[in-house]
Amino acid sequence: MSDAEPLLVLRNIRKSFGRIEVLKGIDLTIGKGEIVALVGDNGAGKSTLIKVITGVHKPSAGEIVFKGEPITLKNVQASRLLGIETVYQERALADQQELWRNIFAGRELTRFLGFLDVKAQKRETGRLMRSGMGLTSRAITVDSEVKGLSGGEKQSVAIGRALYFDADLIILDEPTMGLSLKETERVLAFVRSIREQGKSAIFIDHNIFHVHDTADRFVILDRGRVVGQFHRSELTHQQLVDMMIELHEAGQVAR
Amino acid sequence: MTSVASSAKDQAAETQHGPSFLWRNRFQIAIIGMLVVLYAIFLIGDWRTYTSFDIYRSFMISIPFFGIMALAATYVVTLGEIDLSFPSIYGLAGWVFSSVYVATASFPLAFLLCLMVGVVGGLINGLLVTKIGIPSIVATIGTMFLWRGLVNVLTQGQGIPIAQITNDPWHALFVGQIPLGGPVVIPAQFLWFLAAAIFFGVFFKRHRFGGHVLFVGDDEQSARMMGIHVDRVKIACFVILGVSAAFSSVFLLNQMLFFWATTGDGYLLTTLAAVFIGGTSVFGGKGTMIGTFVGVLIIASLEPGIIAIGLSGFWTQFVYGLLITISVAIYALMLKRG
Repeated sequence: MSDAEPLLVLRNIRKSFGRIEVLKGIDLTIGKGEIVALVGDNGAGKSTLIKVITGVHKPSAGEIVFKGEPITLKNVQASRLLGIETVYQERALADQQELWRNIFAGRELTRFLGFLDVKAQKRETGRLMRSGMGLTSRAITVDSEVKGLSGGEKQSVAIGRALYFDADLIILDEPTMGLSLKETERVLAFVRSIREQGKSAIFIDHNIFHVHDTADRFVILDRGRVVGQFHRSELTHQQLVDMMIELHEAGQVAR
Repeated sequence: MTSVASSAKDQAAETQHGPSFLWRNRFQIAIIGMLVVLYAIFLIGDWRTYTSFDIYRSFMISIPFFGIMALAATYVVTLGEIDLSFPSIYGLAGWVFSSVYVATASFPLAFLLCLMVGVVGGLINGLLVTKIGIPSIVATIGTMFLWRGLVNVLTQGQGIPIAQITNDPWHALFVGQIPLGGPVVIPAQFLWFLAAAIFFGVFFKRHRFGGHVLFVGDDEQSARMMGIHVDRVKIACFVILGVSAAFSSVFLLNQMLFFWATTGDGYLLTTLAAVFIGGTSVFGGKGTMIGTFVGVLIIASLEPGIIAIGLSGFWTQFVYGLLITISVAIYALMLKRG
């Protein structure tokens, strides 16, 4: 695969739940090393689109091409095997389980016959905490349960987990929701570090300022359609904000 | 070399500042403490009985009849689910074992078909809960009546004597008495119980499957998002309990040499009580096999212990209730603080 080839191409993706069509033919391209922000009001179809890309929902119609190959995603594990990781809005952590169990949930390191290599899981978790997650507090160890962590620390665990498995595409659904200013700054730095590692990301955030500071490109969704795509250099903060308001009021954007 | 040394230092610092060994094992320590206190009371109350081997031998004979099920039920409870039907599966599997043995005189065949009943019974519970979506407490009330009812219809209330089984070479494998010199005789079923405890314990905390059980019980949504096959894990846990119930009935029947239509009845509450006294959370996500193991020992020692210290048998249920209520209250407080 050449560098010029896009990492992910979606063609005319449609998704209906019963008689309600949530995605009405989405076309979207994600390049290598590119951070793309999905913006749009509640109900625009952002979460559904993400769930199609991660294999949670099957699209009703359309084509997904990843690294030049058309793919069908049967489940979450299939997308992970291809190199698509997701940091869910809900973080997908289990509160009463230790960090070393949470990091490797669903793809444990095993020795034989499915017996856990607990030592290796703890060692890798410890390494990840110090290097990838920035969890250096002495009060948190690999044996700590998730429920004692702050919102930002939980988000660090979720992002660290996604980075650990060496994905090519990382999807972040509202990663800064409910975080303090300082924690938000750190999460955004994480997102930018994804680009530095040559990986791509799809980034959803309601805060236009976060989006504008972090993403290379903005894709605006409205009621199941892509209604605009802009490179960061094409728009200022204010123009992006104005456009969202315009979209909200008029239901369309002028390009 | 320096990096190894410094990481070792980090580790030492972490163990100092992280959750301590005592805190992490607080549930296990609490229940072992409870066992020690109980036995102190029994020893003071009746020194002679509790220093002779006979009473322990009788414990070792009867504990496996429900203890193995308690170990297996720990998985189901850790999922945040419940199963009320396993005593009825016990009965139906026991009926299959007895009638097949009487009809064919083949122990292996009777044993195999008996275990199949456990598999099917567990599978039906699992499918009702996951694929149909019935809450497990409701689904297993249904199957509890269903399988017990089927036993009643099949037997017309009649029992099945199987005294001839004592001549079968397989009989000793299940309930044989192993002399260790002097008055010390170990019943084979207790060794099976110990083996089951080790197997279930290792499988729970050191195997991928147990990790999935904990994760699903803790947060089902997260488990799904992490690609864990939630339904498969749940069905497997119900099957494990069903098979354990069937397996346990073989011990009971080989010991008692008679099948009653009520076989298995009465084990529901003692089995679940052992799990809850052991510290496994009814909310799911936290469980301990050591806790259940000690819980089984406590439940099994209570009745003889109450009589030994001079109270009448009428006190048994009262003391059960006292112990269960106090222990779950302590665990709930621990969970709140943790």
